[in-house]
Amino acid sequence: MGKTRMAKTGNEAMAEAIRQINPDVVAAYPITPATEVMQIFATYVADGLVDTELVPTESEHSAMSAAIGSQIAGARTMTATSSQGLALMYEMLYIAAGLRLPLIMAEVNRALSAPINIHCDHSDTMGGRDAGWIQIFSENSQEAYDNLIQAVRIAEHRDVLLPIMVTTDGFIISHAMEAMEIYNDKDVRDFIGTYKPLQPALDYRKPITVGAIDFVDYYFEHRRAVAQAMTNAKDVILEVGREFGRKFGQEYGFYEAYKLDDAEVAMVCLGSTAGTGKDAIDNLRKRGIKAGLLKLRVFRPFPAEELAARLSGVSQICVLDRSDALAATGGPLFTELLAAMYEDRSEHKIINRIYGLGGRDIKVEEIEELLSAQVSAAAGGKSIDRIAYHGVRE
Amino acid sequence: MGEIIEIRWHGRGGQGAKTAALLLADAALGEGKHIQAFPEYGPERMGAPVQAFNRISEEPIRLHCQVTNPSIVVVLDTTLAGTVDVVAGLPEDGIILFNTAEEPAAIRKRLSIKGLKIFTVDASGIAKEKIGRDVPNTPMMGALIKVTGLLDFDRMLEDNKKKLTKKFRNKPEVIAGNIEAIETAYQEVKSE
Repeated sequence: MGKTRMAKTGNEAMAEAIRQINPDVVAAYPITPATEVMQIFATYVADGLVDTELVPTESEHSAMSAAIGSQIAGARTMTATSSQGLALMYEMLYIAAGLRLPLIMAEVNRALSAPINIHCDHSDTMGGRDAGWIQIFSENSQEAYDNLIQAVRIAEHRDVLLPIMVTTDGFIISHAMEAMEIYNDKDVRDFIGTYKPLQPALDYRKPITVGAIDFVDYYFEHRRAVAQAMTNAKDVILEVGREFGRKFGQEYGFYEAYKLDDAEVAMVCLGSTAGTGKDAIDNLRKRGIKAGLLKLRVFRPFPAEELAARLSGVSQICVLDRSDALAATGGPLFTELLAAMYEDRSEHKIINRIYGLGGRDIKVEEIEELLSAQVSAAAGGKSIDRIAYHGVRE
Repeated sequence: MGEIIEIRWHGRGGQGAKTAALLLADAALGEGKHIQAFPEYGPERMGAPVQAFNRISEEPIRLHCQVTNPSIVVVLDTTLAGTVDVVAGLPEDGIILFNTAEEPAAIRKRLSIKGLKIFTVDASGIAKEKIGRDVPNTPMMGALIKVTGLLDFDRMLEDNKKKLTKKFRNKPEVIAGNIEAIETAYQEVKSE
């Protein structure tokens, strides 16, 4: 496989993936920090590098509506957004999933208002976590690029047919330049294949109705089918991740485990913090603390059994949430992991630290301190807060 | 984990602090190094204080936190020193490079800087002469390479020539001017 090593920001990496995917239609509305994805892609359209029909809309609600219409017509369709933009799409997110449309979204994680803030946290995508969209998080530009390419195959698989969002951390990744590898156009296009819509609405020989009313007679059956598709997505995500590995060299699964095999304490997180965390794990190991890390890549579908099995032997677990569910029960990653671990018979102490809201920085030493405090509390038989906010003035 | 060199650029919106960080990272990538370049995002506007950052390493860089303890600081606009703490986080033997016609010793005295290795170069003067306007970022890169030995100067120059040729295809005088400015700053940077 041909690869080119280049310096790219997360947004440039996402725009490059969209160029190589060469979707039939892209419908979008600009919003910081995702604006650049479309700004760069629009130059590709203007320069004739892609065959895409770019539809600039007057709002994100319209962008998602246009994307839904275009996908129904039978076109491979993509969009990009962030934060309030995703929130404005909310009504349409459920419709995309309910209509079983394999739309692909580049999402740049940013905090939600109020107060207004343009920096990273995961509240925006967490708001859509029950909308029927597959959600894949990325640690860096390389993963954002790789995940977006895989997203096409996952969403369009006949056993899935669900919309998918691939996320990066706003500014931390979206606007930071890093070294990464770009694959040849042809290899990417061979990997994703040609889109063959199941029932394109523009096929006049086989007219269909889309979005018809569905009362007590069939609504439940259709929603049950959406749930099944999400379950089916698990096998497809693994299959596509393995094939991607064979073709491009980096295999992907539900999560990445770092020094976890003999770990006595482990952090679990999403996105760019995993990179910072790996340095913290190395430092803790130098100090004699057997620490490890699990970076969750796939949040929807939530790989509960697989996570429980992988973390079974780890007695101390610290879940780092970059969003708060505001449910008085901790962050979304924490509550889901807690539920996943419920049936595991080993003894665990699982704590939650909510950090980094609105882009608040988290440093290597802070992660070291969180994990070593948990280890010392366990060793000394002392109690430690189950849920706490890290790095906030209160 | 190998040693990661961290750099902070201080400038004013419009002076090219971000561009300088990107150019430096790209040149380092060309030498097979691992890199990061990112600006600080706040309410930027022309003339307001801005910062940009680099990480350069022989090993892959996984960190994604902010740079708070750089070993090198580059100040594109020395008038910032009155309002922004440009030496913040620098270690005792850290390097700081100012864009000014003043001597390093005069800067040390005027800004009461203790420790550190201070360097100065009149990047604005050089830019005005060679490029025709006050764009100090590229000459500052030349001076930075001289005082830190971060990269191979000739390769960095070659790399910049290529990038500028791509960007200013229709303005060959800008390309030549920038290259001359980088070379002059490399020669003229002063130490104590």
